[in-house]
Amino acid sequence: MKLLEVKNLKTYFNISSGQVKAVDDVSFDLDYGESLGLVGESGCGKTTSALSIVQLLPKEGKIYGGEILLEGVNLAELNDGEMQKYRWNDISLVFQGAMNALNPVMRIGDQIAEAIVLHQKVSMKEALIKAGDILELVEMPRDRLMNYPHEFSGGMKQRVMIAMALACDPKIIIGDEPTTALDVMVQAQILNLIEKLRKEFNMGFILITHDLSILTETCDKIAIMYAGKIVEIAESEELFKKPVHPYTNKLIGCFPDMNGERKLKEGIEGAPPNMLELPSGCLFAPRCEFASDICHQSMPETVEVGPNHYVACHKWEEMINGQ
Amino acid sequence: MRRKFIIKKTMYAIITVFIVLIFNYILFRILPGDPLSMIMRNPRATPEMVDTVSALYGLDKPWYTQFIMYFQNMLHGDLGMSFVYKSSVTGVIATKILPTLWMLGMAEIIAIIVGIFLGIVAAANRGTKIDVGTLGFSLVTYSMPTFWLGIIMVSVFCVGLRIFPVGGMQSPGMSFAGEGAQLLDILHHSVLPIITMSILLIGEYALTMRNTLMDVLEEDYILTAKAKGFSRKYILRKHAVPNAMLPMITIIAINLGLVIGGAIQIETVFSWPGLGSLMYESLSARDYPLLQGLFLLITISVVLANYLTDITYSYIDPRVKD
Repeated sequence: MKLLEVKNLKTYFNISSGQVKAVDDVSFDLDYGESLGLVGESGCGKTTSALSIVQLLPKEGKIYGGEILLEGVNLAELNDGEMQKYRWNDISLVFQGAMNALNPVMRIGDQIAEAIVLHQKVSMKEALIKAGDILELVEMPRDRLMNYPHEFSGGMKQRVMIAMALACDPKIIIGDEPTTALDVMVQAQILNLIEKLRKEFNMGFILITHDLSILTETCDKIAIMYAGKIVEIAESEELFKKPVHPYTNKLIGCFPDMNGERKLKEGIEGAPPNMLELPSGCLFAPRCEFASDICHQSMPETVEVGPNHYVACHKWEEMINGQ
Repeated sequence: MRRKFIIKKTMYAIITVFIVLIFNYILFRILPGDPLSMIMRNPRATPEMVDTVSALYGLDKPWYTQFIMYFQNMLHGDLGMSFVYKSSVTGVIATKILPTLWMLGMAEIIAIIVGIFLGIVAAANRGTKIDVGTLGFSLVTYSMPTFWLGIIMVSVFCVGLRIFPVGGMQSPGMSFAGEGAQLLDILHHSVLPIITMSILLIGEYALTMRNTLMDVLEEDYILTAKAKGFSRKYILRKHAVPNAMLPMITIIAINLGLVIGGAIQIETVFSWPGLGSLMYESLSARDYPLLQGLFLLITISVVLANYLTDITYSYIDPRVKD
């Protein structure tokens, strides 16, 4: 049994101007000790996918279909009360804005320990000892348990956040742009730390980002999302060496080459579609230089183009042969 | 860190009071009207008599000597003589301060508890009928004029239903069987002004609490708390309310400071023998020393309330003390 299997997940938002299919028919899986990168432009549904897994969607959002199987248990069917047991204990999150993700008037020790008290039914004293151990795990002195969030730098706060995410020995950690607000040096430290801990504890890790460059080293698998759908999913190396979907190609094209020419990369023409008025065929067709009639008329099926390499594109054969 | 912070804040408070003292002193010097004629009220007084009285009150001395005298006397608790009561200002204020503290203190306590509770309930049930109802109630009571609600309450409960006495703090001309009976009589008189005042205050507390709590509930750390698997109740109690209380404390403190002098209307409507009525009286009688004393009291209570807020903040908001 896989650790996590997401099958045909559909999460829609009902807003006053209509229904937004933020996540539409998304499937992926994650094994113990495996890491998956979810990449895409802002608003492509990567955060919504993550929040759907733990059912922390804003009140406009609702899961309309699909299954989220955590070791065989379908989380999508659980109500909020039942879900509470799984949150943090099995799946924890590291949010983007660690600046604001910690309660400013609570000592970080208490913030880490309260989760341990809740899920492992131990006393606050024991929980604080464990919180100290975890803080050392993220390479921070344990006496910092007594400090408040404002007494830490951005990178330190993110470490605290990671420590907090580890508090209940979760099976999966979801990092929602965990390093976006940090400078490159700290970013590397944090990612290495997560890598080390993930291997040590054999945890699944989902890394959500718009920054392809950090995924190559960190993730075993990468899923590219566009307008609420996964357009391509493959093992990292395969994806970077043999990208099939035109969107993936463009994304990788935006990624500057260290040894290449010193010039700004061209972006991708146009903008992601208006999520309220989606085009009828392939969602990327309006921006795709290879698009033909069929692309504008029907939605492409997801096909397996190589081992564990899935692509949703009508032109996949041409794309592979063209390279 | 905290000691340094407290010392700094104490210094600020003392300096503020001192500056206000100077303004307060100057204000009453430049007001129209000659204090001598107010005191003597005798158009046929001889120059000798005027000089005697002038020397008695120290009015023959230059202004700076007068200020130093005023300051020295004040430190000894002597705020001068009231023109109207012909007794010491400190004494007059002392007899009126307890009724005010009792009535407004109770009203504040009730309003703070009920207001915060309503605000939490409304914010936790955002967008529901409970929220709309609380919001409506708060807006209506918040915008009601004090005297207007007072008059309505008097006409309904005292004149119409005859449940409560019309005004004052005790039934006049009554002799009581014991202290218990007297206390009961005071309580009976207190109910209506206390309730009226609370109603007027609840709205502000409820609205502020609702708004700050709703902002706090949108914060990232609330999402973190949810992700940690806590129930809504726990998150509200442990994470949201403590953060939302910070701005509330400022508002409560400002109100507490104003309570001492800000109850002129309610005390007048209910003929409550407190500082509000006293200020109204001394204003109409141009009792400058008494007014000066009252102003000083109000200043000190506002400064003190702000001072206490700062100190409280340093205990509940870890970001403040540095």
